[in-house]
Amino acid sequence: MIRWLLWLVGGILLGGIVHLATVLAMPRAATQDAYSRLLPMTAANRMVPLPGPTAKSSIIPFMDPAFAEAVCRYDLSGGSIKLNAPVSDAYTSVTFYTRNSVAYYAINDRAAGKRAIELDLMTPAQHAQVPEEEDVTAADRLIIDSPTTTGLIVLRALAPAPTFMPMARQALAAAQCQSEPAQ
Amino acid sequence: MRLLFGSFFTFLLAAVVGLGATWFTLTRGVAFGSLTIGAWTAWPKSGSQEIDPYAHASISRDGELPIGIGDGVAFFARADDKGHELDGRCTFTLSGMTPPARYWTVTLYNVGGGLVANAIDRHGFTSQEIIRDVDGRFTITVAPQARPGNWLPTGGIERFVLVWRLYDTPIGVATATMKEGPMPAVERKSCS
Repeated sequence: MIRWLLWLVGGILLGGIVHLATVLAMPRAATQDAYSRLLPMTAANRMVPLPGPTAKSSIIPFMDPAFAEAVCRYDLSGGSIKLNAPVSDAYTSVTFYTRNSVAYYAINDRAAGKRAIELDLMTPAQHAQVPEEEDVTAADRLIIDSPTTTGLIVLRALAPAPTFMPMARQALAAAQCQSEPAQ
Repeated sequence: MRLLFGSFFTFLLAAVVGLGATWFTLTRGVAFGSLTIGAWTAWPKSGSQEIDPYAHASISRDGELPIGIGDGVAFFARADDKGHELDGRCTFTLSGMTPPARYWTVTLYNVGGGLVANAIDRHGFTSQEIIRDVDGRFTITVAPQARPGNWLPTGGIERFVLVWRLYDTPIGVATATMKEGPMPAVERKSCS
């Protein structure tokens, strides 16, 4: 009897370990995560407009239909990325996601404080190689460290009413995401 | 022989308990650090690097891109203030005030996060297009049939989810009380 009780306790403890391991492994094992969904319709280091959600289809669940969106699927293995996004009249934001869908940085037009959001995205190793004077003197230069070599940059421009949607899309069409090969 | 049976039993139990708990937590959407105001719940940390492992697992599994903390915060409602589930065959009202934010949007989704087909092709409102009273308050009627004023159609689906998103807002990880962020009341009026 006691022996079976021990087997039972052992099973439950082991079950706890299985549970924690599967939860922690899920972000790496997921085959239908946002990055995988966007992979077929994007090219590396290019800004592409995302079709807005409709009742028939939505690439990503829970997209906000009031926003025009564009995405840059980045790959930093060939050098850092320069992002330039002109802001729209209403509200524009940029959110950076790791390969595993973690939103590690987000900034809006007002926080950027200019007519365009300009950023350099690099790996911590690439950042370490930026000459120090350059890093300090260029006060305007905002450098973001990406925790993963690949990931997603999502640009969102608000259309306060449906009639403003073409303007929001147009603002995003001018956005650029370019690879800057290391010298 | 007894050892064989015992270890077989233990491994089987471990698999059932472990995988069952994982399935349960991911389908129920277990996440820590939630902020609940009335019928609305947000997980501000899910939009940062401090996202907890459960929220991270479910976001990866569902393919979502959570709103970043520097962008805004998203509040989800699956039931009204009294706990009635949001049924698209019933009429609900959303009324009152919203926390400070430069813009907000409210959107109606099916439980899978897709938009719901309806005759007027409306899936939500933004803070700019809502019709308000003289004192700045508003009422949105969420109903299957057309209503005067701010009508948000449900398409008559069985279950729906409302998401209230605040953009450029001080509401976030540090928000703890209702006083800082008054969210609209959600009330069930009638069921057809």
